[in-house]
Amino acid sequence: MIRNPKDIETSNRLISRRALILGGAQLAFMGVLGLRMRYLQVEQADQFRMLAEENRINIRLIAPERGLIYDRNGVVIAANEQNLRIVMVREDAGDIDQAMDHIRQLVKLDPEEEERARKELRRRSPFVPVTIADRLAWEDLARVAVNAPALPGVTPEVGLSRTYPLGGDFAHVVGYVGPVSDYDLGKLENPDPLLQIPRFQIGKLGVEARLEDQLRGSAGTRRIEVNAVGRVMRELDRVDGTPGHDIQLTIDAGLQNFVQARMSGESAASVVMDTTNGDILAIGSAPSYDPNKFVRGISVADYRKLTDDIFRPLANKAVQGTYPPGSTFKMVVALAALEEGLIEPDEIIRCNGFITLGKRRFHCWKRGGHGKVDLNKSLQQSCDVFYYTIAERVGIEKITAMARKFGLGQRHDLPMSGIAAGLAPTKSWKLENRGKEWLIGDTLNSGIGQGFVLASPLQLAVMTARLASGRALVPRLIKTVDGIENTAPEAPLLDVDPAHLDLVRAGMFAVSNSQRGTAYRSRIAEAEYQMAGKTGTSQVRNITKAERQAGVTKNRDLPWERRDHALFVAFAPMDAPQVAVSVVVEHGGGGSTAAAPIARDIVLQALYGGLPPLTAYPAAQRRQIEELQQSLELRTPKPGQGQPVKT
Amino acid sequence: MSYLEYSLRTIPSGFRKVLFLNWPLVLLLITVACVGFLVLYSVAGGAMVPWVEPQIKRFALGMVLMFTVAMIPIWFWRNVAGLAYGGSVFLLFLVKFVGVSGMGAQRWIDLGFMRLQPSEVAKITLVMALAAYYDWLDLDKTSRPQWVALPVALILLPTALVITQPDLGTAILLVVGGGIMMFVAGVHWLYFAVVIALGVATVAAVFYTRGTEWQLLKDYQYKRIDVFLDPASDPLGAGYNITQAKIALGSGGWSGRGFLQGTQSRLNFVPEKQTDFILTILAEEFGFIGAISLLGLYALIVFFCVVSALKNPDRFGALLTLGVAATFFLFFAVNMSMVMGLMPVVGVPLPLVSWGGSAMLVLLGAFGLVQSAHVHRPRGRK
Repeated sequence: MIRNPKDIETSNRLISRRALILGGAQLAFMGVLGLRMRYLQVEQADQFRMLAEENRINIRLIAPERGLIYDRNGVVIAANEQNLRIVMVREDAGDIDQAMDHIRQLVKLDPEEEERARKELRRRSPFVPVTIADRLAWEDLARVAVNAPALPGVTPEVGLSRTYPLGGDFAHVVGYVGPVSDYDLGKLENPDPLLQIPRFQIGKLGVEARLEDQLRGSAGTRRIEVNAVGRVMRELDRVDGTPGHDIQLTIDAGLQNFVQARMSGESAASVVMDTTNGDILAIGSAPSYDPNKFVRGISVADYRKLTDDIFRPLANKAVQGTYPPGSTFKMVVALAALEEGLIEPDEIIRCNGFITLGKRRFHCWKRGGHGKVDLNKSLQQSCDVFYYTIAERVGIEKITAMARKFGLGQRHDLPMSGIAAGLAPTKSWKLENRGKEWLIGDTLNSGIGQGFVLASPLQLAVMTARLASGRALVPRLIKTVDGIENTAPEAPLLDVDPAHLDLVRAGMFAVSNSQRGTAYRSRIAEAEYQMAGKTGTSQVRNITKAERQAGVTKNRDLPWERRDHALFVAFAPMDAPQVAVSVVVEHGGGGSTAAAPIARDIVLQALYGGLPPLTAYPAAQRRQIEELQQSLELRTPKPGQGQPVKT
Repeated sequence: MSYLEYSLRTIPSGFRKVLFLNWPLVLLLITVACVGFLVLYSVAGGAMVPWVEPQIKRFALGMVLMFTVAMIPIWFWRNVAGLAYGGSVFLLFLVKFVGVSGMGAQRWIDLGFMRLQPSEVAKITLVMALAAYYDWLDLDKTSRPQWVALPVALILLPTALVITQPDLGTAILLVVGGGIMMFVAGVHWLYFAVVIALGVATVAAVFYTRGTEWQLLKDYQYKRIDVFLDPASDPLGAGYNITQAKIALGSGGWSGRGFLQGTQSRLNFVPEKQTDFILTILAEEFGFIGAISLLGLYALIVFFCVVSALKNPDRFGALLTLGVAATFFLFFAVNMSMVMGLMPVVGVPLPLVSWGGSAMLVLLGAFGLVQSAHVHRPRGRK
């Protein structure tokens, strides 16, 4: 086929025209491309340069070292130990199952831990590192490090973890730390960025929680260059954070250990206060638990064991538990009456075993009655009728006012969790809270520390310390923060006639030192350290008329939870008080039998600064005491070697 | 035209042909390839392996191919155009059955010594077939519907095969490349206007009906389109690549961060950096100056092709040259647009720079055709 030249001409002209149009369009498009380049690379260059830097540079926080907690003598209560762990970043790790399988080949993974880690990986943002396994051995960590190229997004880390070398002794005081929860974050308005660090531990309970701000310290930063999969290429610079403040408690770890050991087997609480300055020397609650388990994440089974125990190991009975103070309240009632001039010190009141109010009888604990009773005898033998009588004279408002002076019915703000306010009732309180008028019978019950009155062991210790010192002592738990003494102003004298205080002290002395005293068995033989105290036995049930006629059921015949609470408060030495102690044994039976012996042992332990010599005890009891001392599982046993504390 | 019509006496023969090659074009191609070697060297972190060395070997092979193709008279290529087209369509069928999969698509045929990507070959054979078709077709029939339908079918056949691989980038190149061939060959502009209008109307209908009960696509399909059009809406998924690419480009600034100094590349933030996103590395390390220079080189290549076509009275040669130039243009225009965020990411390499064997060989082969058309063009005919 031959084409005529004219066609070829036309064809070429057409092609040329279209080719020029096409070329023009292409040129225009290339112009657009060039302008776009200019826009991105010249006009927006700074912004993209910044983004590139942001890409490249990652700021990582360095967790500061948490402040340590010491006892008053420098014994470490809470320390930090090295914790080797591996963390994973979800968005870098790719297939989580595959990564987990790989890690499992290198490190033994606890299935429960793994499940928890998976949950956390799902829940957290994809770029947040999540701890897969911690408390690893060096070899495990090394294996992971060697296999790093095959494990994107997985990095070995060395961190610090809290540890409590004294185990359960301080569980209720110091509490424990745990990983930050969403709940914790939600509570804070402006959360510290530190809290985003994986498994960052914050105080959950006790001193650890209440003094979190001092203990935590502030974060350091590390600027690192990372590649696209988040692997750290190099560290550019680093600013170390400031470690948290060390905290020293007023507690004596040795005494605390003794208190916990002495109460073991009971559901009990005890507080020891220095009567010269209000320092808490020991504050125990039994049974206790191992806070280290909580730091590591307690297993469900272990936690169930703690919550199912009827002795409630998780409760800090020393500050959270409130009990009717029973007869330990009688000092307050006596002082109220004395101050109001409604009773003379030598006034005799007759106790026939009960008094009658309208149709109701109010019984004394002693069936036949105490006969003629004066103030001293009323305390010594704890006559209830005496206190019914004077309580009726004084009235509840005056009694409560006196109770407040001694620190009852008010919250003592120690840096511990769940501190209870107790209750010193008034007429208006009952009307508001119970919707009923105050009855005179309520006053009578209050006169013997029953009814509405409630006090915690801490409050009872404060009361006793104030009785002993005559000063409005305020309990103190923190001795120093960051080496700076947490000084409290000297406690002012109580607005109570010293002569009246002396009368009450004498009555308390008689309790444990005169033959007919309710705690005579728990006297101290060492003349220098003689103790003044008061027993208390508070009912947790009502005794019916029928039961009273048939004879009140003995505590040991009742189920545990219906037995009376046993209480004892004491201070010693009588002449120059140094320590005040309160002991509450839940459902322990009688205060004289269950609580007083514990209180005496604690007082002696505190005064001797270690196990007391047997000569401090009455001769007849020494054998028994020796056995008891040997059976105690103390951390640092110092049998009989203790020296009196010099103050 | 049969070869008889070429005035053979004016056409160089034997090794003299070498002197009549379009040498500026050859030099431009070598320059662009060298830019590619440089960037691949940087991508490898300053090393010849794993990319530069094989790339140089391929380029050498490609040059041999180009010269070989150039030496063979253009009328031979016209005569085998239909065969080549048929062959490449056959290969596209074949790849469905014996193809090797990679990156979510089945595109390659393993030849033992190399992996051939038939869709790359198809881009050129389609241009050849269309050029031959319009060379054969009477000029006055060009715009008649039945003679328009045939080339449309020629375009759509390989496009359909490619789109099912799936390879959207190549499909676009085939359709637009074929369309340009038809436009240059002189098909009436109304056809193009109608197609464009229909396309716009369809897109408008798809989006306009969204959310109504007559909507044309399912909700999830709309979502996919959203992410496709605006990757920034999914910054850690589909948008990650383009975001990082733009950061790399932009952070280069006027003069770049320096050879081997690009942090986006060094630290692997840019994905596919040796293939589709290689421009970002060039732009990051050599800045706006580097990137615009490459664009300039590309523009010159297109320019020399267009000039060669305009000087070529042979209809087949001219159409072929323009077709190859258009295909080449589409390669870098689509690639640059997508890397700079002007167009969704469709997977088209940067010609002669990106790592990849098939595209390099096919392109150099195509420039061999351009050279052949240039060398064997009728001269001084009466």
